[in-house]
Amino acid sequence: MEFNKIEDILEKYFQGETTIAEEKELKEYFSSPNVAQHLEQYKPMFGYFSQVKEQKSTQEIPLQTKKRNVAWLSIAASAVVLLGIGSYFYVSEKNTPPVVAQSELGTYDNPEEALAATQKALALLSSNVNVGIESVQYIKEYEESKNKIFKQ
Amino acid sequence: MNQNVFIELINPFKDKVFRLAKRLLTSTEEAEDATQEVMVKLWNKKENLSDYNNVEAVAMTMTKNYCLDQLKSKRAGNLKIVHNNYTDREPLLDKKLEDSNSLEWVEKIINQLPEQLQILIQLRDVEQYEFEEIAKIVNMNETAIRVALSRARKKIRESMLNTHGYGIQ
Repeated sequence: MEFNKIEDILEKYFQGETTIAEEKELKEYFSSPNVAQHLEQYKPMFGYFSQVKEQKSTQEIPLQTKKRNVAWLSIAASAVVLLGIGSYFYVSEKNTPPVVAQSELGTYDNPEEALAATQKALALLSSNVNVGIESVQYIKEYEESKNKIFKQ
Repeated sequence: MNQNVFIELINPFKDKVFRLAKRLLTSTEEAEDATQEVMVKLWNKKENLSDYNNVEAVAMTMTKNYCLDQLKSKRAGNLKIVHNNYTDREPLLDKKLEDSNSLEWVEKIINQLPEQLQILIQLRDVEQYEFEEIAKIVNMNETAIRVALSRARKKIRESMLNTHGYGIQ
C-alpha cells in the first residue's frame, strides 16, 4: 500500500538521506486527510514545516539613496567652491603681469625681426587654441555617449 | 543598480531571510530588524553584487552570521542571567503538555535544538534548499550536513514521542 512507501521514505528522512522530491512527497502525504493512524504522530512536524514557510516579512526596507545624494551634492558643491577660488586666483594672477610687462613690451626696428617675432607669437597662440578645441571635442564626445545611454 | 532592480533581486529570498532570522531570534520584531539590516548591507554592496554568482546564498549566510552575532551579544549582556533563571527544562515540559496547538509545540521543540541544527532544519525542511546550497550557506560539507540533519530530525521525533497520548487528537 501507499504507506509502505511512505514508511520507507520516512526512514530515509530520519537518516538524512532523502531528496527534496521525496521530502515534498512526505509533506504532501502528511497534509492529506487520510494519514495512516500509526503515522499520525508525524503530522504536526510536517504540518509545521509547511506552515512556517508561509510567514512573510511585512516591513518595508528603507534603502538609503537620499543619504548618498547628499554626499554627492556636498562633493559637487566643494568642487564648485574650489573651482571658484582657483579661477579667482588664476584671473588675478593673470591681471598682475601686464602691469609689470607693460614697460617691457619690446618694439622691433627691423621689420623682418618683427615679422619673425609676430609669427612665433601667433604660432604659440594657435597651438594653444588647438589645445582648447581638443578638450572641447572631448567633452562633446562624452556628451554624445551620455545621451546614448540616457535617452531623454 | 537602481532601487527597483535591487528590490526585484531580493524579492525572491527576502522572506526566506526573514524566516531564518525568526527561527534564530524568535521574536518577529527582531527578525524584521535583522532582515532590514541584511538587505541594507546588501544594498550598500550593490556595486559588487554581480561578482557573486549566488546572491541568495550570500544573503542567507549574512543572515545566519548576523543572527548568531545578535544571540552572542545578547547572551554576553544582562539577559544571560535572566535567561539562566528559566533554562530549567521542567517548566517547559509542563507547558508542552498544556499546549493545545500541536504546531506551536513542534516550534518549541525545534527552538530547543542547538542553533546550528535549527539553521539546518530551517534551510532544508522549511525552505527546501538543496544540500549543495546549504553547504555554501553554512560552510559545511554535505556529509556533515546530512549527519547533523539526521540528528536534528531524530531529536524532534524523540521529543514528540516523549509526550504520551500524542498523535491521537
